[in-house]
Amino acid sequence: MSAAAAAGHALHVLRGNRVSALAAILGLVLVLAAVIGPLLTRYDPVTSDVAHALQPPSAAHWAGTDQLGRDVLARVVAAGRLDYAIAAAAVFLSFIVGAVIGGACGFRGGAVDRWVGRVVDVLMAFPLFVLAMAMVAALGNRVENIVYATAIINLPFYIRFARAEVAVRRQAGWVEAASASGNGPGRIVLRFLLPNVLPAMAVQISLNLGWAILNAAGLSFIGLGVRPPTPEWGIMVAEGARFITVGHWWLVAFPGLALMLSVLCFNLLGDGLRDMLDPRMRT
Amino acid sequence: MRKLAGIARLAGQRLLSSLPALLGVVVFTFVLMRVLPGDPAVFFASGPSAGQQEIQDLRHQMGLDRSIPVQLAFYLRDIGTGSFGRSMTTGQPVLKDLRERLPASLELTFTALFIALGLAIPMGVAAALNPGTAIDHAVRFLCTLGVCVPTFVSGLLLIYVFYYLAGIAPDPTGRIDVFTAPPPSLTGFLVIDSLLAGDAEAAAAALRQLVLPAATMALFVLAPLARMTRASMLAVLGSDFIRTGRAMGLSRSRIIVVYALRNAALPVLTIAGIVFSTMLGANVLVEKVFSWPGVAAYALDALLASDYAPVQGFVLLMASIFVLVNLLVDVLYGLADPRVAAA
Amino acid sequence: MSGPSANELLRVEDLHVSFATRHGLVRALRGVDLTIAPGETLGIVGESGSGKSVTALAALRLLDRAGRITGGRILWRGEDIAGASQRRLRGLRGAEIAMIFQNPRAALNPIRPVGLQIADALRSHRKLSPAEARAAALEALRQVRIREPERRLLSYPHELSGGMCQRVMIAMAMACEPALLIADEPTTGLDVTTQKAVMDLLAQLTRAHGMAQILITHDLALAAQYCQRVMVMEQGKVVETAPPAKLFSAPGHPYTRRLVAASPTATSTLPGSRATILGPPLLEVSKLSKRFADGTLAVDDVSFSIAAGESLGLVGESGSGKTTISRLVCRLMDADAGDIRLDGAAIGAIPAREFHRAPQRRLVQIVFQDAGDSLNPRFTAFDAIADPLRRLGGARGTRLAEEVEACAARAGLGADLLSRYPHQLSGGQKARVGIARALVVRPKLLVLDEPTAALDVSVQAVILELLDRLRAEEGLAYLFVSHDLNVVRMLCARLIVLQTGRIVEQGDSQALFRAPQTPYTAELVASIPQLVTAG
Repeated sequence: MSAAAAAGHALHVLRGNRVSALAAILGLVLVLAAVIGPLLTRYDPVTSDVAHALQPPSAAHWAGTDQLGRDVLARVVAAGRLDYAIAAAAVFLSFIVGAVIGGACGFRGGAVDRWVGRVVDVLMAFPLFVLAMAMVAALGNRVENIVYATAIINLPFYIRFARAEVAVRRQAGWVEAASASGNGPGRIVLRFLLPNVLPAMAVQISLNLGWAILNAAGLSFIGLGVRPPTPEWGIMVAEGARFITVGHWWLVAFPGLALMLSVLCFNLLGDGLRDMLDPRMRT
Repeated sequence: MRKLAGIARLAGQRLLSSLPALLGVVVFTFVLMRVLPGDPAVFFASGPSAGQQEIQDLRHQMGLDRSIPVQLAFYLRDIGTGSFGRSMTTGQPVLKDLRERLPASLELTFTALFIALGLAIPMGVAAALNPGTAIDHAVRFLCTLGVCVPTFVSGLLLIYVFYYLAGIAPDPTGRIDVFTAPPPSLTGFLVIDSLLAGDAEAAAAALRQLVLPAATMALFVLAPLARMTRASMLAVLGSDFIRTGRAMGLSRSRIIVVYALRNAALPVLTIAGIVFSTMLGANVLVEKVFSWPGVAAYALDALLASDYAPVQGFVLLMASIFVLVNLLVDVLYGLADPRVAAA
Repeated sequence: MSGPSANELLRVEDLHVSFATRHGLVRALRGVDLTIAPGETLGIVGESGSGKSVTALAALRLLDRAGRITGGRILWRGEDIAGASQRRLRGLRGAEIAMIFQNPRAALNPIRPVGLQIADALRSHRKLSPAEARAAALEALRQVRIREPERRLLSYPHELSGGMCQRVMIAMAMACEPALLIADEPTTGLDVTTQKAVMDLLAQLTRAHGMAQILITHDLALAAQYCQRVMVMEQGKVVETAPPAKLFSAPGHPYTRRLVAASPTATSTLPGSRATILGPPLLEVSKLSKRFADGTLAVDDVSFSIAAGESLGLVGESGSGKTTISRLVCRLMDADAGDIRLDGAAIGAIPAREFHRAPQRRLVQIVFQDAGDSLNPRFTAFDAIADPLRRLGGARGTRLAEEVEACAARAGLGADLLSRYPHQLSGGQKARVGIARALVVRPKLLVLDEPTAALDVSVQAVILELLDRLRAEEGLAYLFVSHDLNVVRMLCARLIVLQTGRIVEQGDSQALFRAPQTPYTAELVASIPQLVTAG
């Protein structure tokens, strides 16, 4: 029994690593496809070719063509650039701002911290997609506003996360010890707390990238931000939606698959990172 | 009594800390109305045919020629009295439009939430009771996959499979097919209203329309709920007091239901509140996919038509619902966990 | 071994238990034998990892998923339960064998009134109506002498003190009148006076009901005081079983001998301990007060002084303010009122936030309670020791490396250990890193905040010896904070007893032990379990 349990456990650890490795490879392929993919296809993602409209997947068009005869695969690949760029920019922005605000609150504590904590808790429970929608509407229907809106609705999560991570460690004995060793508050934050918090932040970033992609695509799906004919997964799904009831599945399925794989990949990478950074995993 | 007082105090605290966020939303919608192109006075005027003089009078009447703080005060008064302005697209007062469409959104959201909870809790519990087994792996796989599929993709694929391929789902448009007479409106929930009216056929028709959008939404929130149930159940099962229960010879069912599940339900309750908010947001996407005549689709149509009064009304409505849901979660939590009221 | 005899309640034969861990199979028990007769009290003592708790959990078949019984028999009144069905075990647990645990608050369901929890235990073995179960639960609470038992029926664990929670656990365990009660470290984490009350109650109740008891503890003195036979375990094996008088006066096994020697007693002294010559006053604390944000007055008008080279003990139970005083003196926290003077300088006037720049930062250093928690997980042992030297000593390059290595050597750390991270070090090694880090800047005053509380007795003995030697060699003054009177007395000639933030008594430690002047100190001294009782 015990031998079987040990073997099962070993397999479990191995499987965990295998999944992360797979996710890493998948991530690499997706990003590469987004970066150099457009150079590899012979179709232009925006030029229409009405003669070949709405063709199902074939040898010539692996993912079929849309209502204007554009190659779906070329558009999916080209859209990756935009979607990844939006997500990365949004997450970068909210990470920087959130880490600074959250870290400062967590380290300082006190009334301001309690107040920020409460407001963040409340904001997290708010229908944030609605907020993003209204924000894009108010700021103007442009791509950069999608980035800002996505960054702002991500912000509460980062603030809360950084705050909790820092606050937990601030109580740790080694922070007190650092103070006794003659380290000032600034040094303690930079040299002691930050290196300990960063790995957990990396996990959070990876998980949030997936979420940011979903948000950006969702906003474009309802017609905000990116405008046609720019290739973007959300818009492609929205355009394909008109044809789903007549059975042209490929218009929705391929951009949908690209979205799904991207989010899956970032989530798995995040989970894998977390497992790797778990102190119990170390020898 | 002491417990109830504690819960009341807690709910009051939560209401108080919701105020900044709520105020933020109100100011936000105010800015939305002022910054956006279009003169609010025109919205309130009788129509495009209104004369220059009429608009001038309206401007004065609405206080648009006053300073910004005064305008904000007027705005707050308007919101307090429920006048959200008039929609240019429907030509009706926004409040009336919202009131007509809200039951559709709530019917969809609640159905989806019940489906999701009904599936997620047993799944999470089963996975936690059998960690490392095939059941556990299957649940975890589903959870990982579930959060990756956007609602607008899964909804469309469900339509493709069940409407186009299998032909068992009705035309994915609206709450009830055009050939069935809707029941007299009592609750606004078509399925319930039909049943109340004794019209089984209408109830079935409404239910058929409801299944796909509700399933789409439920699929989306299934993952976080099941994941949290599993994690919190696992944590509770590993805790000392479960070992105490076993050491005292309590039956397995009593340990799982009374000792483990009740404790594990607390974090799930918190997540359910957040999930509900997410669903309010996801409504926008699902209602668009299924042409569901809810408040979100209404606001979205207005937004794309640069008709901002409905958008403002919608955002405020969502904010109020969210405050109510949070209060409810807090009260339930306070009832379930004696430590909260004491803190 | 022969078959079970009539007067045996529980017999464990050649029990083997293994745990599946990330690093493969760990053999926790390697052939444990034990017997216990009705009404007998058996102590199982051992250090962490000896398998004492695993033995108890395995006997009740309560091991978690990772643990497996890989061999041996567990006979309950002659019936082998090592392979018994869950159904049979359920009938046994609570009804015939009950168990109470360490950390009683966590062992109770936090969201269920304790009365109902006791009733749950009762109703799983007897057919009782809710009203009858409530009456029985009330009677059980009366038995463990909880004040206002009617009101307590409705209390939740968070509304009770640690001692009261353990009484509730005892009430629950006793409710079905089992023949055997297993108590797994029942008083660890409780204050010494509470410990005595709980242990006395357990002894009295088991005697009154003729129950057998197995007491599992790391505290030899506690086992000696309350048990008829004591079994010593080491690394999954039983090394010796004997009555306490014999075991502790003439231990047979070398491990038992080491363990007995390491356990501090009322008379034990540190080997090679030297008298110290006291210098002029080094630390002067006067009228110190500190109130926390929640309103509790943690430190209330405390004054004392320490001479250069002196070692002063600060003793008190939880909530006495001893840890707060250590933080105040170390200038990691600001006082509300009072003076702290070090070497004549009013360091109390420098805010804690600024103190890292003060020249006196080097002079007062601290060794923390939990060595593991006080080491930055991303620093190697070398970095941990070098950090204060870089900040406060201004040392760089080879001189830094030399000083760190020399200091580590003085604290008993080999140079080969310096490249390791905290999780690669043992508890004793981490304690040494903590000591070296405090010593490396050559302070005059060292605040020791329960530096050995998290360590096994054998490691504790070595660390105490090291601390005593370092003080003599380096001419250090110590402020030694501890809840353990036996330990403090070994290291300190003078003691201060604290209760709820105030000094209740101070003076020469020997005199204070022999003839306490206040009732509180007398109670404290009387509550310490003493190893040399049977003579």
